[in-house]
Amino acid sequence: MINRKLTMGVLLVLLFYACSKQVEQQYAVFRQPGNFPAPAYNLAGNEITGKGFELGRKLFYDPLLSADNTISCGTCHVQSAAFTHHGHDISHGINDRLGSRNAQPIMNLAWEKTFMWDGGVADLDLQPIVPITSHVEMNETLGNVLNKLRSSAVYPALYKDAFGSTAITTATTMKALSQFMVMCISSNSRYDSIMRGEGPLFTQEENEGYGIFQQKCGSCHKEPLFTDLSFRNNGLRPGPLNDEGRFAITLNAADTYKFKVPSLRNLAYTAPYMHDGRLRTLNAVLHHYGQEVQETLNLDPLLRQTDKPGIALTEAEKLKLLAFLRTLNDKKFITDKKLSEQ
Amino acid sequence: MRQYLALAILVLFTACKKDETPLDNSTAPLSIEFDNIAGDKNLQLNTGVYTNAANEPFSVSVFQYFISNVKLTTTDGKDYVVPQDSSYFMINETDVASHSVKLHVPQADYSSLSFIVGVDSLRNTMDISRRTGVLDPASYSDHGMYWGWNSGYIFVKLEGTSSSAPVDASGQRYFRYHIGGFGGYSTPTINNIRSVTIDLTRAGIASVRRDRETNVHLMVDVLKMFGGSSSISIASNPTVMFGPFSVNIADNIPGMFRHDHTED
Repeated sequence: MINRKLTMGVLLVLLFYACSKQVEQQYAVFRQPGNFPAPAYNLAGNEITGKGFELGRKLFYDPLLSADNTISCGTCHVQSAAFTHHGHDISHGINDRLGSRNAQPIMNLAWEKTFMWDGGVADLDLQPIVPITSHVEMNETLGNVLNKLRSSAVYPALYKDAFGSTAITTATTMKALSQFMVMCISSNSRYDSIMRGEGPLFTQEENEGYGIFQQKCGSCHKEPLFTDLSFRNNGLRPGPLNDEGRFAITLNAADTYKFKVPSLRNLAYTAPYMHDGRLRTLNAVLHHYGQEVQETLNLDPLLRQTDKPGIALTEAEKLKLLAFLRTLNDKKFITDKKLSEQ
Repeated sequence: MRQYLALAILVLFTACKKDETPLDNSTAPLSIEFDNIAGDKNLQLNTGVYTNAANEPFSVSVFQYFISNVKLTTTDGKDYVVPQDSSYFMINETDVASHSVKLHVPQADYSSLSFIVGVDSLRNTMDISRRTGVLDPASYSDHGMYWGWNSGYIFVKLEGTSSSAPVDASGQRYFRYHIGGFGGYSTPTINNIRSVTIDLTRAGIASVRRDRETNVHLMVDVLKMFGGSSSISIASNPTVMFGPFSVNIADNIPGMFRHDHTED
C-alpha cells in the first residue's frame, strides 16, 4: 500500500514536471504553420527557448536601447498595428526626428531573406543595429546599449537564464531580439484556416476576390507570405526625397526605384501604405494600380502588360478584392498576449 | 623485460607529444608597425596641415582602417598564414597601441608580407556570434566602422577639415571618406577590398627568432589616398561613402603602404 502510494506520488510529480516542460516548450517552440514553406532564418544557429524569447521581448519593449531612453523598438512597431507605426506615413524617432520610410511590420520575418524596404540588411541578427544607431531613430551606439544592459540590475540574470552566462554581448543581444522577432508569426487569418482546411470557407464574394487576386496580384504578392520577397518598381511617382530604393544598396542602375514587395497580410491594421506611407487607404492603393502607375525608370514589366501601365480593375472587382484581402487579417496575431509588452 | 617495456612506453609518449605540437616551440614574436604619415610629415590629428595632389590644404581629424588576412612568405617561398580568427586588426590614429600589430609566427626569414586593407567578404557575411574583437559592431566608440543600413564594414575612414570643402549642414568645411563595400551578399555590387603585398627585401627582411622581437616598420601615407591611380579633389568630392566614386579612392589605398625598415 505504502509502495503504491509512493509510486503514485512519483508518477504525479513526473506528470507535473512533464506538463510544465510541455507548457514551456509550446510557448517557445518555433512551429512552421501547415500552409507555410520552410523558414529562411537559421534556427539551428539560434535555438529558440522560453527564456531567450522572453529576453528578446523585454529588449524589444525597452527604451534603454535609445540614446535618451525614450524610444523602444515597440514605439514604432506597435502590436495592435501588426507591429507597424499605425497612422504614421513615416515615423518620428528620438527628439521627434523624422525618418524617410514607413515602418514595416515585424511579421513572418523568419521567412524573409533580406530586411528593410531596400533589402540592405541580409541577416535578421544584424537588423536591430540599424534602428539603434540611426540618427533619426534611436541614435545610440551599440557599445553604449551593451553598457547600459550590463549595468542594469535585471539584465545580467536574464542573459544567464537565456544563454547560460551573465556576459552581455552583441551576439546574445541580437540573437535574443531575433528570437522574439522570429516568433512574431502571423498565420491565423481566415485565409490560413481555409487553406489548412480547418472548417471555414470563403464567401462567394471572397472567393471571387481570391480569383482576381490570383490573376492580377499573386505573382508579386505570392502566397502564402503574400510577397515573393523581390524588389520591384510599382510605378509610384518619385517623392520629394527621390528615394531610389534598392539602388542605394546595389549601385546597379537597374535597381533604381525598386523596393521590397510588402506582404498583404494584416492590411487592416497597417495603414498607411507604400515605402513612404503616401497612400492612406486601400482604396487609394487600388486606385494607384488602376489609374496612377507612372512610367518611371525600371517600372515592373508586370505593370506594363497593357497600353496603359497598371492593373485594370473594375469597381466591382475592387470590392471583391477588398473582401478577399480582409480574409488576410489576423486578429489573433495582433492580440496575442505572448507578443505584448509584459 | 619490464625495463624494456617502460622504455618503449616512454619513447611512445615522447613521440606522441612531439607530433601534437609541431610549431609552438618555434614561434617567435613579430610586430608590424603602421606608422601614419602625410608625405614627409608625421600625421598629427587636427593640428597638422597638409596639401594633397589637387593642391588643397587639409587637416585630418579621423583616420582609421582595418588590416586583415595577414600572410608572410619566407625567403625560400613558404607561406605562413596568420590563423583566420586572430587576423583582424583596427589601426586607429588616436590609439597608439593599435599602430602595432603583434603576431607570433614560426621562426624564419620572411621576405614578403601581404594583407587586406578591409574585411574579407566571408567575415562580412558571417554569423554575429563570430564577429568578436574589432569585428564586433559594438566595439567602436565614436567613429563606427560598420554600416548597419547596408550590412558591412567600413574599411578605411578618413575625415577632416579643408578650406576647399564646401560648407556642410553643420556649418563646417568638412570632408568625409568612408570606404567600404565587400561585393554584396546576394546581389553583386562594388568591391573595395584591396590587398597589399610588400616586398621586404629592399628595406630589410624579417629574421624572426625566439630571442628577440622583430618589427617590420611600415609607413602609411594619407596623401597617397588623394593621389595615385586617381587624383581625388576634396572640393569636387567632399563626401565619399558607399557609391561608385569610392572605387577611385579604394584604388589609391594599396599605394599608401610602404616598407620603411625592419628592426630585429
